[in-house]
Amino acid sequence: MKTHYLNYVAGLSLIFLMASCGNQGSETSQVLGGSAAEQAYVAPGEYDEFYAFMSGGYSGQITAYGLPSGRLLKEIPVFSKYPENGYGYSEETKAMFNTSYGEVPWDDSHHIELSQKDGEFDGRWLFVNGNNTPRIARVDLKTFETVEILEIPDVAGLHCAPFITENSEYLVSGTRFSVPIPQKDVPIDTYKKNFKGLINYVSVDPEHGHMELAFQIEMPGFNYDLARNGKGKSHGWSFLTTYNSEQEHSLLEVNASQKDKDLMAVINWKKAEQYMKEGKFTERQTSYFHNLMNEETSIVESEEKTLTKILDPKNCPDMVYFIPVPKSPHGCDVDPTGEYIVGNGKLSADMSVYSFDKIMKAIEEKNFDGNFDGIPIINYEAALDGIVKKPGLGPLHTEFDGRGNAYTTFFISSEVVKWDVESKEILDRQPTFYSPGHLVIPGGETKKPDGKYLVAMNKITKDRYLPTGPELAHSAQLFDISGDKMKLILDFPTKGEPHYAQAISADKIQPNSVKFYDIEQNKHPHATLGESKTRVERDGDEVHVYMTAIRSHLAPDNIEGFKVGDKVYFHLTNLEQDWDVPHGFAIQGATNAELLVMPGQTRTLLWEPKKPGVFAFYCTDFCSALHQEMSGYARVSPKGSDVPIKWGLNEKLRENEQAAHDFYEKAKQNANIGK
Amino acid sequence: MSLKQKSRLPQLLMLLGILSLGAVFLFPLWQITLDAAQFPGGLKMHIWVNKISGSEKNIIQNINILNHYIGMQYIEPDSIPELKYFPIVAYSMMALGLISLVLNKAWAYLSWFIIIAILGALGIYDFYLWLYDYGHNLDPKAPIKVEGMTYMPPLLGEKDLLNFYVTSYPHLGSGFLGLSSILALAAFWVKRKSK
Ligand SMILES: [Cu+2]
Repeated sequence: MKTHYLNYVAGLSLIFLMASCGNQGSETSQVLGGSAAEQAYVAPGEYDEFYAFMSGGYSGQITAYGLPSGRLLKEIPVFSKYPENGYGYSEETKAMFNTSYGEVPWDDSHHIELSQKDGEFDGRWLFVNGNNTPRIARVDLKTFETVEILEIPDVAGLHCAPFITENSEYLVSGTRFSVPIPQKDVPIDTYKKNFKGLINYVSVDPEHGHMELAFQIEMPGFNYDLARNGKGKSHGWSFLTTYNSEQEHSLLEVNASQKDKDLMAVINWKKAEQYMKEGKFTERQTSYFHNLMNEETSIVESEEKTLTKILDPKNCPDMVYFIPVPKSPHGCDVDPTGEYIVGNGKLSADMSVYSFDKIMKAIEEKNFDGNFDGIPIINYEAALDGIVKKPGLGPLHTEFDGRGNAYTTFFISSEVVKWDVESKEILDRQPTFYSPGHLVIPGGETKKPDGKYLVAMNKITKDRYLPTGPELAHSAQLFDISGDKMKLILDFPTKGEPHYAQAISADKIQPNSVKFYDIEQNKHPHATLGESKTRVERDGDEVHVYMTAIRSHLAPDNIEGFKVGDKVYFHLTNLEQDWDVPHGFAIQGATNAELLVMPGQTRTLLWEPKKPGVFAFYCTDFCSALHQEMSGYARVSPKGSDVPIKWGLNEKLRENEQAAHDFYEKAKQNANIGK
Repeated sequence: MSLKQKSRLPQLLMLLGILSLGAVFLFPLWQITLDAAQFPGGLKMHIWVNKISGSEKNIIQNINILNHYIGMQYIEPDSIPELKYFPIVAYSMMALGLISLVLNKAWAYLSWFIIIAILGALGIYDFYLWLYDYGHNLDPKAPIKVEGMTYMPPLLGEKDLLNFYVTSYPHLGSGFLGLSSILALAAFWVKRKSK
């Protein structure tokens, strides 16, 4: 409580200072204010320089912002159903939420990782973890759609994920909570005996991005928190912070904060690959789901997997090491050269910076301080490059600008501190409002950071924006870091509680952005490629409506012959082939959501009519000047009635077996499909 | 230039004229651009000797969708007979050009020039008739009707049509067509002088 109060006072006093400057009406403050606004200003019609992808925390989603303007560009649904476009509600996307626990329609998304090639972002895919029901998702950056979700078995709280290697070989993840493996009914106080932690390596197919659980490493039951992979000279190695090396299971705030140092795991994954090839793994039966969107049909195909391959460090010498790291570490970050690894002990007053060369030397010389469960513990002093002395309180995360500077967020003292990686000297500090978690510099995790801006993601926003009741928007603060001193140039509110973000130069994404789906490539089994092919088919209690949308009508727009108790599938194909012309579909009384169908795409909504009557359906996306006219009716008769199926457009209701009339023939030509 | 080379010049010019005529299969004859606020960069429609296309793959469908508001007929390249027989005319003219080149007579070059000039003029007139028909022959049940409004794009030039600013100009194909007639005329001229 006391620290909160202090934060608040610190924050307020700074605001008073700024306000008093303003009151003096001094020219300098106006000039400074003016130039700050200018730096973040992107004129109407101009584009931002960077895309920033922020994880949505407990919203389960990702948001895309432009930098430096802070404009919200898009919310990308990932782990939470999204009624806005029917993601998770449409028949095609429901399977994205399949897990070994059944359908899980929510998660907690934490860490954004952009795909890399040669240690630089390539703009192809974006990965993010689901923390609660352990999963990793892949978003295709050509379409900004979630196209794949892979469950990770036998882990809990997949916080330490999905950290990527420099050629996107692997996504590395560690369990935050250790659990019995395999899961079993045991007393919780048998933690030390029964609980284990898994570190997981998910391979990424270099061409299609498809993920596969390559192997898991069985580790002692700690809490694995965050990770980074080596780059350059340290390529082939992973570094993961752990806490609770006390292996406690209750009142962790006290019991897991006793040791002065915890352990950082150092993993030679190239060696692990080799052991996998040599067959040094054991196989275990388990259950996890792999959900992948078929590119041709755009339907998610879900597959349960039942086998996992596990490496045990005891049988795999030289694969895993530990290094002591100051008290309860959080972030673990590797500098652009791949030489320095920063371990942030969040309860420590200092920050430890390790040298990769020294780690290698210590390993070579077997300079170990004993072992934990057979895993050698590298001598702390031997691996240490230096200590950043008293930089602030509660260091969490560090990113780099590519000019030899590191920037670290301090949660408790609410600030960003700039320091020199080589000399460990503190160069600058700027307050944040308030309690920052992660920070991001475009490319700040890669070999080639674009060290122009820094965004701090703040957990608390008191007094920064108009109040919105007890819950306030979380805040991002944009700093210009191109000069010697960091300069705050913009505040902007964020959606959800963003954990981490990655930012990438717009020119790596913008040119590849898809404008519409090529309808000739639409291989959806229920696609309707032309109005002449629209129809309604009954199969017992199932009714399939093959419907099309084009400005400014749905075809058919009048349908009769539905009965209470039917399962009606509306398969809507958007015949448009133009940019930014989605059509929507909503029907009264549907118990799920709407559909938003992209041009050239097919999406299916299940409607179960509950009562007789005539119900309206309509396009939800204001698509044209005649959008309001884009509507129709569905007639529902009582169960067991014998009203025949009829459908039509332009007042000509059509008998089921009637041949296509003139209108459809004309419409077919008009729709110009296949030309 | 040797005498022999000089005597070959009309034939060379005619050959270039024939090749230049062939270029109408490589480039559009005309470009009509529709500019409106919500279409950054405009919609560009290309009229060729044998097809109608656009700067993007689906431009005809997208123009048709826009045209349906005002009851304009759909542009259906398959139903435009000219697109089928114009290429035959072009190939025939290339064949005639070859004959004139073989004959290598001033009158032959001149005749070819006159025929291509007449055909060109007829083509433009035909194009005008199509534009007139599209612009005036509107569906009486059109959703948007503006009193006294017709939607004929300009044959040559620029014009406001509701929210669109329409520009219509010859494209590279027409340039090559013009060039081929000039080359034939030049062939005639040189041949006559060299007599
Ligand atoms: Cu619509």
